[in-house]
Amino acid sequence: MSIEEKGQFSVHYVQVMDKDGNIDMTLHPNLDESKIKELYHLMMLLRVMDEKCFNLQRSGKIGTYAQTRGQEASEVGSAFALEERDWVVPSFREMGVFIVRGVDKAKLIQGWNGDTRAFANPDGAHNLPLSIPIASQLLHAVGLAWAAKLQKKDEVVMVYFGDGATSEGDFHEAMNFAGVYKLPIVFFNQNNQWAISTPRTIQTATQTIAQKAIAYGFEGVQVDGNDVLGVYRITKEAIEKARRGEGPTLIEALTFRMGDHTTSDDAAKYRDPALVEEWKQKDPLLRLEKYFQKKGTWSDEYKNWVVSTVTKEVEDAVAAGLSVEAPSYEQLFDDVFAEKPWCLVEQQQQLKEELEGKKE
Amino acid sequence: MKVHMVAAINAALKQEMQKDPSVMCLGEDIGVNGGVFRVTDKLQEEFGKDRVVDTPLAEAGIVGASIGLALGGMKPIPEIQFSGFSYQAFHHIKQHMARFRQRTHNTMHLPMVLRAPCSGGIRALEHHSESPEAFFIHCQGIKVVMPSGPYDAKGLLISAIRDPDPVVFLEPKKIYRSFKEEVPEEEYTLELGKAKLVKEGKDVTIITWGAMLKVVEAAAELCKDVDLEIIDLRTLWPYDMETLVKSTNKTGRVVVVQEATRACSLASDIAANLQERCILKLEAPIERVSAWDIPFPHFALENYFLPNPQRVLKSIRKVREF
Repeated sequence: MSIEEKGQFSVHYVQVMDKDGNIDMTLHPNLDESKIKELYHLMMLLRVMDEKCFNLQRSGKIGTYAQTRGQEASEVGSAFALEERDWVVPSFREMGVFIVRGVDKAKLIQGWNGDTRAFANPDGAHNLPLSIPIASQLLHAVGLAWAAKLQKKDEVVMVYFGDGATSEGDFHEAMNFAGVYKLPIVFFNQNNQWAISTPRTIQTATQTIAQKAIAYGFEGVQVDGNDVLGVYRITKEAIEKARRGEGPTLIEALTFRMGDHTTSDDAAKYRDPALVEEWKQKDPLLRLEKYFQKKGTWSDEYKNWVVSTVTKEVEDAVAAGLSVEAPSYEQLFDDVFAEKPWCLVEQQQQLKEELEGKKE
Repeated sequence: MKVHMVAAINAALKQEMQKDPSVMCLGEDIGVNGGVFRVTDKLQEEFGKDRVVDTPLAEAGIVGASIGLALGGMKPIPEIQFSGFSYQAFHHIKQHMARFRQRTHNTMHLPMVLRAPCSGGIRALEHHSESPEAFFIHCQGIKVVMPSGPYDAKGLLISAIRDPDPVVFLEPKKIYRSFKEEVPEEEYTLELGKAKLVKEGKDVTIITWGAMLKVVEAAAELCKDVDLEIIDLRTLWPYDMETLVKSTNKTGRVVVVQEATRACSLASDIAANLQERCILKLEAPIERVSAWDIPFPHFALENYFLPNPQRVLKSIRKVREF
């Protein structure tokens, strides 16, 4: 009998900027100050847009909406590290990612208003539409990364998912395929610690989500998800690694869902308000503001300018998004197949007669 | 050249891969081993490990990744080793494979063919013998094809690979090697959505598909006094309503023969559609011959479960003499 050690594994937690805005300069991602201001601007845009969408749902102007409040650094910092040719494969809570990717904000409103014309991608942008079935998008991302590798395209795929998704089989199958074929993909886990009412501790017994990567033969890293510089740095490294052909990375961005799961949920029923208060102190925008203050590059005028600029932008987007004419019933039968089969032609006619009150 | 259906399918895959570098096959044991039924035999030797890929044992992984491959510019042909294990990937088939074109308003689509051996009659283990076509038809957005022999298999598969919509291609494993047919060496297509008039007749219409065509032909031998019109559906969804209506209006007597179970099945849908369209021409209620509405039994009892020529014959007599 013999016992031999087969390996030693460790998982790191990375924070570049602490909750008081202090930076560990040895870990600074070398973004110049104008870029950091741009990150702040984008995060504020997301926060204002998110609040607006919440209010629009409450006033009955759009349908069910999934809030992003608290996750601004995680979404904006990660997407900021991508090139345009790279792919984004979202879950359904990534409005910040879409904003960074330059998706028309009026379309985002239109989409949350139940009109899937907003998901059309006529320009061939490398963004998939949002995906509701938890974790299923991870495998589509794997396929995209695989296609890029086979066709020798210089494209990296970034896929987003939450902590709940790591309990699904698709997560494990996706991680396994990515490891086996050494694909150019970054698994970006937004661990906001809640899957509707289920806390992270019920999803998994492991100490971190990041460590799950080890079992699939690649690196996992945990980053402070409310630290936009940390998120940017870690994501940028993972993307560059993927681009060099060195395979996938799992990033666990430790953040917190400040709002409810969606506008149909009430987190007060299952979540201690003290916990929410605690995370308010770690707010990603507040943290950047403290950083700028320490740098001496902050003023109330600047903040007011940012807030009024993004508010105007959001108001314009909302006006445009809500003024789109509702889709016609006639398109209901379109695009199920490339060509409409007889059964859909017949049923479309039936609906038309029903609506137009055509007599026999 | 006369070949078995496995060889015809292999030839279709090979010719399409030669023609189009974006076509690739992936699945469990399809590479070095050539598939458990040898359908992909020697393809990896010719096209390499990147285009004929042995995957981890994970059906959702195979189909989910294929969706991404298709979105990324490939034409993937995932194989599910037995259709009874397609349920492990069913969420991808139903939630995404069937919906991507509509979700993105025709700006993204999935040119992919999911191949799976189906149906019973080979004394296999549990879950290895099912005829799940109705599940896929019910997904709305997927074409479903089932060949009944070597010639059809090659032409239909080439059409499926070139089709812009996602196709589920079900291969009845009982007929993989049970008979040979003349199959041209050159490529050819058979239009999807078109049924084949196997035999013209004037008394009774038999509508069938897959391995049941041979069962129907055996039944026909037992009732030479009845002039049967036999239609092989070939494409199960969307099926060829025009041909079915034309034949029904001619004979007024219809038997639909399927290997799948009956409730909410394709045979039920065909019967409903024909009675809506042809009621004044019908001389008898439409008969459905099918497996019973029970889980596919272990093979000691499968012969009681699967439709046989006698069961078909009984229904032919019933509609003929009604």
